Amino acid sequence: MSIFTDTATDAVTDPAVDTAAASGGSSGDHDPRTPRRADAPTPVVRDGHLGVLYFAARDSWTVTKRNLRHYLRQPRLLVFSTIQPVMFVVLFSAVFGGIAGQALPEGTSYLAFLLPGLFIHSAAFRSVQTAVGLAEDLERGVVDRFRSLPMSRSAVLAGRTFADLVRSLSVLVLMVVVGYALGFRFTEGPWSALGAVAIVGLFGYLMSWLFPYLALLVPGAEAAQTAGFVLIFPLVFASSVFVPPETMPDWMATFATMSPLTHAADAARALSIGGEVAGPVLRTLAWSFGLLAVVIPLSVRRYRRMT
Amino acid sequence: MSHDPAVRVRGVRKRFGTTDALTGVDLEVAEGEVVGLLGPNGAGKTTLVRVLATLLPPDEGQATIFGRDVVRDAPEVRRLIGLTGQYAAVDELLTGRENLKMFGELFHLTGRDARRRAGELLERFDLADAGDRPARTYSGGMRRRLDLASSLLVRPRLLFLDEPTTGLDPRSRNAIWEVTRELVAEGTPLLLTTQYLEEADQLADRIAVIDHGDIIAEGTGDELKDRVGGQVVDILLAEDGDGDRAQAAIPGAERTGDPRRIRVPVPAEDALAELSRIAATLQASGLYVRDIGLRRPTLDDVFLELTQQAPPTAQEAA
Repeated sequence: MSIFTDTATDAVTDPAVDTAAASGGSSGDHDPRTPRRADAPTPVVRDGHLGVLYFAARDSWTVTKRNLRHYLRQPRLLVFSTIQPVMFVVLFSAVFGGIAGQALPEGTSYLAFLLPGLFIHSAAFRSVQTAVGLAEDLERGVVDRFRSLPMSRSAVLAGRTFADLVRSLSVLVLMVVVGYALGFRFTEGPWSALGAVAIVGLFGYLMSWLFPYLALLVPGAEAAQTAGFVLIFPLVFASSVFVPPETMPDWMATFATMSPLTHAADAARALSIGGEVAGPVLRTLAWSFGLLAVVIPLSVRRYRRMT
Repeated sequence: MSHDPAVRVRGVRKRFGTTDALTGVDLEVAEGEVVGLLGPNGAGKTTLVRVLATLLPPDEGQATIFGRDVVRDAPEVRRLIGLTGQYAAVDELLTGRENLKMFGELFHLTGRDARRRAGELLERFDLADAGDRPARTYSGGMRRRLDLASSLLVRPRLLFLDEPTTGLDPRSRNAIWEVTRELVAEGTPLLLTTQYLEEADQLADRIAVIDHGDIIAEGTGDELKDRVGGQVVDILLAEDGDGDRAQAAIPGAERTGDPRRIRVPVPAEDALAELSRIAATLQASGLYVRDIGLRRPTLDDVFLELTQQAPPTAQEAA
């Protein structure tokens, strides 16, 4: 059997005719009027702006499947990165509950305050994993192949962030289950609960673009990891994720009240257990869409020009 | 388009920091031609392939693939080429089949075509049994075959093979050679880079020798070997200090990177007579010889001849 032709149809094969170049369209459906030209199959062709969008979506989905398979093929990573958020829910609520609870309004348990914050905490830290995964890809040869293929330029980045969004949302569900076991309840009804999940998903998605952009600027998986944690730690702790900013020293409280992580945590919290919804949600949406509109084109541009 | 050569490179330069990787390369590959780009580590082979495969923009000069500029028309160029790099660029965590199917989809085959083609290629590249194992469990040779198969999901108009057999054992190397010959027989134009003269000689119609970022010679394997001389008498002296005396005693003798090793290019037809004449000369001058023999020219010999210096070793080049 030769490489581009199968033996059954050798008789009608003219090696001088390059059918791959000569005909467009799907070879999945052979025109019965012409003898089947045995050759490597021909690519799907779709022209125009719609074609560009179609392939961007299709290629992104192909890369997403690849990255989701990666999670499943690394069971140890999967187990530990799943245990970690569960552990945080249990540990933080038990350890800080006694002290932090005193700063909370009457009737609000620390677990109820903490869990929506931990959604944001978990999304923020997982975005470092997104960056590390991307940096590892860049260090391996496989991205070279992606870059030499006629695929959409944004698919490698979009595929990675989509896969991480899927994973983020599954971890979120797990955290809610653990939270419920410990006594947490969504008090604002199912639509608000879904809204909380959506806002966390959106904010996590923003974060999963921000840090990979840094990985594109400072190549190397270790650099991505280190730089990621150095940036994430102060952002997460100087916010309303763990405690109300009013309890912090003035300078930090000022920073914390402006931080997008505070808006996101407040929005998730309001939708979960009550409080002012509109302000934090609008601010989170503005931050998320605003930054995504900047960071996605910057990342794709940077990725295109990487050598 | 059919009048444009498969590859046309004009004055391409590329610098990395203070290193000149390519210093004004000119090269042409006609449609249907197989060209071997021969050079040591660090000569610029991979840089040139990366420029041609749209992975790296040149600083100066122009490169076109079938008339399409590798920078301006990069998306079109990517539809025409297949690239198999020296680092097997496959996904380690996916199985061989999943790799091929993924690359098929990214070449924009339909899902069904990608699946069918993956099966065909696994069969063809002797990977059918290992097709459902993760690629990280593959041997070096299997990985390289999978890598090569990954660039053949769609028939490329031009295939780049960047050091396809470096680091492979002879059996795996032969398997890659066999497949490559078949591709060539089916009319796939090929630009092959290699450190091995024999590989270029076996597979390529024409060889371009590259060193320090520039093409320093072009010709068929025979032409290049003729520049060295048909055969080489290789002498290993007993003492380090004997090199100068031996060189003085034997006309045409050349030093190599090793102080005790002397080489003498000789015409193929008189090779045996030359060997015995040289042996007699060495004996008469009282030089002790560890080893002396007649052999075919190697890349080292071509290099010595073309650059008048020993090819850089891997350490120097890195």
